[in-house]
Amino acid sequence: MLDKNGIAKRIAKELQDGYYVNLGIGIPTLVANYVPKGINVIFQSENGLLGMGPFPYEGEEDADMINAGKQTVTTLPGSSIFDSALSFAMIRGGHVQLTVLGAMEVSDTGDIASWKIPGKMVKGMGGAMDLVASAKNIIVAMQHVNKHGESKLLSECTLPLTGVKCIKKIITEMGMFDITPQGFRLLERAPGVSIEQIKNATKGRLVADASAPEMIID
Amino acid sequence: MNKVVANADEAVKDIKSNVTLMLGGFGLCGIPENCIAALQRKGISGLTCISNNAGVDDFGLGLLLKKHQIKKMIASYVGENAEFERQMLTKEMEVELIPQGTLATRCWMGGAGIPAFFTPAGYGTEVAEGKETREFDGEKYLMERWLKADFAIVKAWKGDTLGNLIYKGTARNFNPMMAMAGKITIAEVEELVPAGELDPNQIHTPGIFVQRIFKGVNYEKRIEQRTVRPRS
Repeated sequence: MLDKNGIAKRIAKELQDGYYVNLGIGIPTLVANYVPKGINVIFQSENGLLGMGPFPYEGEEDADMINAGKQTVTTLPGSSIFDSALSFAMIRGGHVQLTVLGAMEVSDTGDIASWKIPGKMVKGMGGAMDLVASAKNIIVAMQHVNKHGESKLLSECTLPLTGVKCIKKIITEMGMFDITPQGFRLLERAPGVSIEQIKNATKGRLVADASAPEMIID
Repeated sequence: MNKVVANADEAVKDIKSNVTLMLGGFGLCGIPENCIAALQRKGISGLTCISNNAGVDDFGLGLLLKKHQIKKMIASYVGENAEFERQMLTKEMEVELIPQGTLATRCWMGGAGIPAFFTPAGYGTEVAEGKETREFDGEKYLMERWLKADFAIVKAWKGDTLGNLIYKGTARNFNPMMAMAGKITIAEVEELVPAGELDPNQIHTPGIFVQRIFKGVNYEKRIEQRTVRPRS
């Protein structure tokens, strides 16, 4: 099984030199800590920052310099700052190569639900609907099952959708999957996780070939 | 032409109950702190507020929320405010949630005189309910209308007496588009200088969009998530 950092490390291996990348709140944010050596990527924060740098040193926090998760951040040499309309022009216009975000549920046709539990929790979609509708490549970082042990990889989402037929890849504590016409396809198993365990934890259609290799994360 | 007013109370003095307001800011970053406090003091109610977020329980728009001054909130993300969630789930307050990029562009369009645009954001979701959809070059889009406000209230770093504005860092966010979309736009700034002192090349919001400007005081600039790294 992977922990949060393990999921982030595996996603980081999907980064390619020169990518502009938007990272969502939660596990996706951790991806920035594991950018492979020798690769340059530029992180976009949809509140209006391109070239997001690390957290500031203590005492150097600036209330006017935050990321989309409202965390204090810094700029890097070559950063730029802009307004929200221009920020989403970058996103909607397809200029951001990769979006990594969390989800509550995904379907085996690539739908994603992430913003609302009717009657219980409504946080809003923020920029997620714009991001999933326009990014060329979308990776979802999520837990495979909920706290009751029920699968979050479904044949159809039960919660209100964030986007339709849009996600390309899913990385959970159990493995990495892509979306095919036959449903979820297991690409790699997390260390120590069997195909049987993955089958039991996946409610949607699953293609799990016995040859799917174990993930190498370090 | 005199756009300069003395303070927040004077800037908001003709804002009455039941009007529509736009308020700049992302989270608590770049919010018009002085005007929000003045609106709370004024005690008007029935407000429709268009803002990306709704503040936190005891700061930002949370201050107006706590006093039940907001009738309807139009926002993209409201997850930091427990009182907001309570009022929404009990239906004490009406809420319309809009994808963030759509919200930004709708404000911009309101100021730019463009009544509608087509976006893929929200297609196939409940955001698309009741909206016109159309196919362009094989992709599906939904039509979104412009947004305008009776008053737009923005916060900038520096401004001049003609209403030209410069923002600092990510406190820019929604402020420039909202400044364009108000019938009356009020700007509060940290530093107010005579016209001619700001470099015309560096202006973010040209003064034509701003009707009132004042120098704000006592900025708290609260940080929602203070994240730091150790010095190694």
